Amino acid sequence: MSARETILKNITANKPELVELPSIDLNAVIQYSDLVQQYKTVLQSIGGGTVELQNLASLKQELESRVAKGDFVVNRIAALGEVSDSLASLTADELAAVDTAYLQGAVAVAENGAIWLYESQMGNRLLPFICQHLVIVIERKNIVPTMHHAYKQIESAKEGFGVFLAGPSKTADIEQSLVIGAHGARSLIVYIIG
Amino acid sequence: MNVGLFIPCYIDQFYPNVGIATLQLLEKLGCNVSFPLNQTCCGQPMANSGFASLSKSCDKNFVSNFRGFDYIVGPSGSCVLHLKEHLHVEQHSGEAEHIRKHVYELTEFLVDVLKVEKLNASFPYKVGLHNSCHGQRGLHLSSMSERNLPAFSKPQQLLSMVKGLELKMPSRPDECCGFGGTFCVFEEAVSVKMGKDRIADHANNDIQYITGGDTSCLMHLEGILKRNGSKVKTIHIAEILNSNA
Amino acid sequence: MSHNSTLKHAEAAAQFINDEPRTNWHDETLWFVRQKRDKAAHGLPEWEQLREWASQVKNHTLSNLDNYLKEFESKAQDNGVIVHWAADAEEHNRIIYDIIAHHKIKKIVKSKSMLTEECGLNEFLHTKGIETVDTDLGERIVQFRNEPPSHIVLPAIHLKKQDVSDTFHEHLNTEKGNNDPQYLTEAARQHLREKFIESELAITGVNFAIAETGGFVVCTNEGNADMGAHAAKIHIACMGFEKMIPRAEHLSVFLRLLARSATGQPITTYSSHFHKPRQGQEMHIVIVDNGRSRQLGRADFRNSLKCIRCAACFNTCPVYRRSGGHSYHTAVAGPIGSILNPNIDMRANADLPFASTLCGSCSNVCPVKIDIHDQLWKWRQVLVAEGYVDTTKKVGLKGMAFLLARPGLYRFAGKAGRAVMRLFPWIVNNKLNPWYKQREMPAPPKQSFRDWYLQNKKQ
Repeated sequence: MSARETILKNITANKPELVELPSIDLNAVIQYSDLVQQYKTVLQSIGGGTVELQNLASLKQELESRVAKGDFVVNRIAALGEVSDSLASLTADELAAVDTAYLQGAVAVAENGAIWLYESQMGNRLLPFICQHLVIVIERKNIVPTMHHAYKQIESAKEGFGVFLAGPSKTADIEQSLVIGAHGARSLIVYIIG
Repeated sequence: MNVGLFIPCYIDQFYPNVGIATLQLLEKLGCNVSFPLNQTCCGQPMANSGFASLSKSCDKNFVSNFRGFDYIVGPSGSCVLHLKEHLHVEQHSGEAEHIRKHVYELTEFLVDVLKVEKLNASFPYKVGLHNSCHGQRGLHLSSMSERNLPAFSKPQQLLSMVKGLELKMPSRPDECCGFGGTFCVFEEAVSVKMGKDRIADHANNDIQYITGGDTSCLMHLEGILKRNGSKVKTIHIAEILNSNA
Repeated sequence: MSHNSTLKHAEAAAQFINDEPRTNWHDETLWFVRQKRDKAAHGLPEWEQLREWASQVKNHTLSNLDNYLKEFESKAQDNGVIVHWAADAEEHNRIIYDIIAHHKIKKIVKSKSMLTEECGLNEFLHTKGIETVDTDLGERIVQFRNEPPSHIVLPAIHLKKQDVSDTFHEHLNTEKGNNDPQYLTEAARQHLREKFIESELAITGVNFAIAETGGFVVCTNEGNADMGAHAAKIHIACMGFEKMIPRAEHLSVFLRLLARSATGQPITTYSSHFHKPRQGQEMHIVIVDNGRSRQLGRADFRNSLKCIRCAACFNTCPVYRRSGGHSYHTAVAGPIGSILNPNIDMRANADLPFASTLCGSCSNVCPVKIDIHDQLWKWRQVLVAEGYVDTTKKVGLKGMAFLLARPGLYRFAGKAGRAVMRLFPWIVNNKLNPWYKQREMPAPPKQSFRDWYLQNKKQ
């Protein structure tokens, strides 16, 4: 018998009687009076920065001036200007040189600061992890209270890859001292628009 | 009401004053208390060491001593918890069940059954409370720091009725002292280290006494305190609630 | 596997405690993590409800696990993922080796996977002449030192920064004596980014596998799982079959609990959802049993399979904090390890269920409500019944039980031997009397309570 058959046979023989799945009642879940404030507070507590903007004009200017300066920046947001869409072919070595990536987030979660990014928003799966600095733009109306709400809003299996990203890369593996910038992005700034 | 007084073996043998205080306190509060003379042990030391099979004779002996009481009360959370969870006698299953449902640790009996609201007790000292694990997490004598539930404490409620007593809680209000039954000898190094750390936490509050509802924990802490020449003493909560200093 | 592997927990713990300042540091550091967990848990009014939901979802999943695994497999295959099944550690290791050998791979990075630790994958590959680079910072530190991790979330928590500094000086040529965590982490970043970029194959663990979608979720703070998986041509994800959950929506419950329980963070920095290999990539999933189906059949112990490896029970355990992870001589230490490992090898791990005071803190921090301390008690009964407990212990406890079952004899022994505590044979039967080593005996009273009662109260 193959391992697969043996394992499944043993599980069938040994599993307990079927018990029901619980239903998750969203009324039992925490509510925030001010989602934006909650989001900002949490993200700052985990090492991220936030900026509230009416529109993208000033961010667009910043991006343009960095491009003009010759910084290696990658933009994935149409409203900010030309979009880098040939990222899929870049190697890890090439992507490692990216100074800042500008990405559009789908949904932001007030309870924990996380933002959902679809693979299509990254352009290359490796980008949000390997770039030195990360800028994510999120619509104010796309901030939801909790992860329960977030999973209702996204389709986590729609694309080959997706991530909830909360803050810059960090570690505390040396004596529990928090260090920002372990392997991934050294900083994250979230622009809340609208 | 008829109360059967359960005095665990090590209290009977080494700390008779705890038994005396428990008896006097219950009588002061109007209970009709009897002490069945052939009681020995609840069986916990064997069962917690993996020898529950050896504690069957203790179970039988316990049931024959304590059948027929309205309540059974003992000054030890861990022995009471053991009885509640594990007392079974095949031939006397009804009586064993009655005992499991009516056996109380002293402070929960005072608070939940007698509904004590005042005590004529006085103990003008600085006292640290050690929450013993089996009483706290097993019998729910008080809320615990792990859970997100409303805070309460039956022992603290009773201690607050004692005149002159200044209660000080350690910074870790419900960490285990390291006694743990036979753990105290089979894991001697960890056991003693845990006890030393509990004592150090209480000592930061400059207390004169450490109290609690389990003599076993206190015996362990007392052993360390004495070895180290500390002035801090241990005292069972029954002795404080029954005191009139 | 551990350098302490021949020592039982009590002896290894005693060695650990010999260095008291370091023990204090270990205890206080992990207690601090426990306090951060408390703050996070108490920040959500629905915390206890969440634990209940998580527990129920896991109970349900275990009760329908065969069907969920089949659903998961078929969806994953539809997604272009290659699914393997391994009955035990050996088969798991061989499957991975075959993939490596088939592609003639030389450069391998691995993110944290307690399953691969459980299976001894690194050691196995080493015997085949293949080296893997552990990329979690803590795991890289212990790998350099040729030690196993001492904690499933904080692998190097037994080390001080000067230890890390010495290790990095030796292996990464950092400045001698520079103990700054920022500096040391930066050195590891440069070293490991190089490894990611040149890697051909990445091995990761799995935190959750979703039956409904055939996808899996990997959680890290450093981003190392993603750096490896997205850079390499081949990604192998290894999972114990208990990682399954029914639907994506249930991730919300577990992701809310996991990091809060583990470190007090509201969520890990990266919760990555893998469904399909990227263009040109090969993605494998290895589903492992290694004793899990046997544990599923033990009614008293099956719900240990609900574990999501947050390590909250480690951090809260007063014994773990004062004995260090290596004293448990297994890949998964702490209270949860002590109920999982006897299932894998009863003889080798018979000491572990006794490495606890049964204080119950573990069961109450557990985000999926595993009754850990009750299972420790039940394992003790099983181990004694199966004959895995020392005879001296057995003789002592038998004598005690004999005495306590006979009220007359009990009273006689008490009178005759109160001063030496003969009544409690486990205390004095040992030549060295472990009670007395660091503790005074209770002073023997003039009379027992019963004698006092007969003299003063009995009419």
